[in-house]
Amino acid sequence: MPIYSIIFYLFAAITILSAFFVVTTRNIIHSAYYLLFTFFGVAGIYVLLGADFIAIVQLVVYIGGILILLLFGVMLTNKITHVQIKTGTIKIVPAALAIALFAGILVTALLNTKWKTINSELPLSTTHSLGLLLLQQYAVAFELLGILLLIALIGAASMARK
Amino acid sequence: MEITLNHFLFLSITLFCLGIFGIVTRKNAIMVLMGIELILNSANINFIAFAKFGNFGYQGQIMALFVIILAAAEAAIALAIVLNIYKNFSTVNVDEIDTLKD
Repeated sequence: MPIYSIIFYLFAAITILSAFFVVTTRNIIHSAYYLLFTFFGVAGIYVLLGADFIAIVQLVVYIGGILILLLFGVMLTNKITHVQIKTGTIKIVPAALAIALFAGILVTALLNTKWKTINSELPLSTTHSLGLLLLQQYAVAFELLGILLLIALIGAASMARK
Repeated sequence: MEITLNHFLFLSITLFCLGIFGIVTRKNAIMVLMGIELILNSANINFIAFAKFGNFGYQGQIMALFVIILAAAEAAIALAIVLNIYKNFSTVNVDEIDTLKD
């Protein structure tokens, strides 16, 4: 078994197991920490797919930003002193059945589709090409996303302060 | 055994279904947000897998980058909304916030 496959199965196992614990653990804080491992595993998958810059962005934005934000949300909206950190679940059995059906449909569609794949060898570093694309072909989208982030920041701050 | 496109797509299907399962079964609004993050990650895996195996150059990676930026904006806004809900209802359980219900 080549080393590439071993690393793929390792990261896939980390991702799926921790995502499973995220949606099944009753303690929200534990769920947030399992989410860290999920994001880490997905970053490893990105590296395997030759997207090194995206993997680093995933680590910085998801683990450094969004996860901390979620933890803040958990701590600000639960009565820590009254130990109300557990959360309930509703209608597990029908949800599990429906989602198993849905997953079955998706897997059937996946297995019955003949993908036209070309195993292209990406260069070692993608940062240079991504930067050129962002500032040439996608310059308008790039600027708009900057404005969007600014609006989201101001909106979030003004909404949360009221 | 060679790792093909199907392996990555299978991984993203699993993440997607777990995310939907989290959204529909958990009561806490922040857990619903975590489910949404799982779904966005699975979409990103699809984008990058097709960028590698589909010979689209870097387009897929650019889209994945945009998804990550939108996820950051979405998380900030959604948490501000959740904080406001907590201030008004003293709970973030989505099944107890039913003021609009008859």
